[in-house]
Amino acid sequence: MLPSLIAQIVIGTTGFVAAILFLYGLKRMSSPDTAASGIRVAGLGMLVAVLAAFLYAFDVDAAARPHLGVNLGLAALALAIGGSIAWWAGRTVKMTAMPQMVALYNGLGGGAAGAIAAVELFGNRAVGVTQLVVTLLGALIGAISLSGSLIAWAKLDSILKRPLQFRAQQAINAVVAIAMLAVAVLIVVAAEGLALPLSLPELICVFFGLALLLGILATLPIGGADMPVVISIYNACTGVAVGLEGYVLQNPALMIAGMVVGAAGTLLTLLMAKAMNRSVTSVLFKAYGPAKKHAHGAMTGSEKPIEAGDAAIFMRYAKSVIIVPGYGLAVSQGQQKLYDFVKLLLAAGVGVRFAIHPVAGRMPGQMDVLLAEAGVPYDMIFQLADINDQFATTDVALVIGANDVVNPAARTDKSSPVYGMPILNVDEAKHAYVVKRGQGKGYAGIENALFYAPNTEMVYGDAAAVLTKMIEAVRGLGSAAA
Amino acid sequence: MTTQLTVNDFTGLYIFMLAAFAGWVVIGNVPAILHTPLMSGSNFVHGIVVVGGLFVLLNASTGLEQAIGFAAVLLGAGNAAGGYAVTVRMLAMFKPSDAKPHRKRHVRAGHHRAKKA
Repeated sequence: MLPSLIAQIVIGTTGFVAAILFLYGLKRMSSPDTAASGIRVAGLGMLVAVLAAFLYAFDVDAAARPHLGVNLGLAALALAIGGSIAWWAGRTVKMTAMPQMVALYNGLGGGAAGAIAAVELFGNRAVGVTQLVVTLLGALIGAISLSGSLIAWAKLDSILKRPLQFRAQQAINAVVAIAMLAVAVLIVVAAEGLALPLSLPELICVFFGLALLLGILATLPIGGADMPVVISIYNACTGVAVGLEGYVLQNPALMIAGMVVGAAGTLLTLLMAKAMNRSVTSVLFKAYGPAKKHAHGAMTGSEKPIEAGDAAIFMRYAKSVIIVPGYGLAVSQGQQKLYDFVKLLLAAGVGVRFAIHPVAGRMPGQMDVLLAEAGVPYDMIFQLADINDQFATTDVALVIGANDVVNPAARTDKSSPVYGMPILNVDEAKHAYVVKRGQGKGYAGIENALFYAPNTEMVYGDAAAVLTKMIEAVRGLGSAAA
Repeated sequence: MTTQLTVNDFTGLYIFMLAAFAGWVVIGNVPAILHTPLMSGSNFVHGIVVVGGLFVLLNASTGLEQAIGFAAVLLGAGNAAGGYAVTVRMLAMFKPSDAKPHRKRHVRAGHHRAKKA
C-alpha cells in the first residue's frame, strides 16, 4: 500500500503546485512585459501535473489492475498523438487564422471533459445524487462546448459560409434543451435503480446526442461578426465543465483551473460584447439580421479617389499620422509592408502611432498580435480610449481595411445599426485617407459618412498592393532629393 | 482509497467560489492588447483536463471505458499542447521599441531561446 500512498501524496502536491503556477502564470500574462514568461510558468505547471498523473498507475481500481499495462500504453499513445498533432498545427497556423484555432482547441477540451463524464456515467461510478448531477452538468456543458466550438471553427474558417437561420429556431432549440434535461433526469432515476423502457447506456447516448445537437443548433444562426464572443463563451463553458468533472474525480487542481478559466472567460466575454456594442443575450438569441435599407441619398458629397503615391507623399511631409488598421489589412497580409512604410515615415521625422479599435480583426486583440508579428513595437500601439481625443490634433488619419469601426453614424445617427458603438474619431483628423478594396459596404452592410466627408480621400485597392505603391513613392522621393 | 483527499459538497462549493473570484480578479486588469493571447492562454489552462483523462483511462476496465478514456486523453492533450503552442507564439511577438529588432517572422518549433532558469 506504500506505493499508492506515495503516489497520492505526489499527485496531490503536484496538483497544488500546478494550481499555483496557473494562477501566477495568468497574472503574469496580464502585462505585455511579463506575458511571455507567464505562459511558460503555466506550461511548467501543466508539465508537472501531467507527468505526475502517470503515478495514478500505482493507485488504480482493483478491476482495472489486469488492464494496467494496456492502459498505460494507450495513455502514452494518446498523449503523443494528440499532443504532437496539436503542437504542429499550433506552430504552423497563420496568425490570421488564430481565432478559429483557439475555437478548435477549446472544442477539444470540452470534448475531453465530456468523455470523462461519459466514462463515469457508463460505469455508473457516481457516489450519490449530487455527484451524478454534477457529472451530468459537466457532461452537457462539455458536449455543447465541443459541437458549438466546431461550428464556430467551421464558420471562421469559411467552411460554413452563411449563418443558417430558419423559422422557429429558438423554439426548436428550447425543445431540444428541455428534452436533454428530461433525459438527464431519467438518467438520475435509472441510476437509482428504477426500471425504465430505455436502459441506462441508451439514455446516456441519447443525452449526449441531444447535447451535441444543441451546441450545433445554438451556434449555426450566429453571424461571423459575433463569433469572437461565441468562442469566448465556449472557452468559459469548457472551463466550467472541466471544473465540474474535477469535482467528480475529486481532483482540486482540475476544479481550480477549470473554474478560474470559467470566471476569466466570462469576464472576457462581457468585455468583448461591450466593445462590440452587443449584449451577450442578443449575440446568442438575436441574429444580427440584414441591415435595414439605408437611404443612399442621405449621404452628401461623393467619394474622392486619390492615387496611393500622392497620399504617401502627403503623409511623408505631415507632422503626425495615426494609422487605423482593420481586418482588410490582415486579409491582404499587408502588416509587414505597413510597418516598412511606417519606418520610412519615422525616418523622415513623422510622428506615427497606431490606433486599435477593440474589435479590429476578428477577435479582440487580434490586430495587436498581427502588428506585433510584423515587428511593430507595442508602445506605438494605442487603444481607443487612449488615443481617441488626439485625432483632432493629428494631420493625417490613415484607415486601412477598416470600415464600421470608423463610421461617425455610430455617434450621430440613431437609426443606424452601429449607433452607440464606440468608434475611432477618424473624421476629426485634419485629413483622412481610407484604403479600401472597392466601393462596397462594411461588415454591418451600411454606408459610411466618413468616406463622403470633404477632408477624406479614398485609395482603392488591395491593402498590400497599395502599401507597396506608397513605399515606392516615398523611396522615389528620397532618391530624387539625393 | 482511505488516504485520498475527499472534497465534499460544501468544500467543493468553496473551492469553486474562491477559484472563480481569483480568475475574475487576475484577468480584470488585462489590457485589450492582450485579449487574444489571454483567451488562448486561459484556453491552455483548461487543458489540465488531460490529467482527468489519464485518471479515467488508467482506471478503465472495459473496452468501452478504454476507448472513451483514450479519446479523453487524446482531446485533452490536443487542448493543452495546441493552446500552449499558439499562446507562446503570440506572446513572443510582443516587443517594446528598445528591444533588438527580430528578423524572423515565424517562430518555429525547437527554437526556444535558452533563457530558462
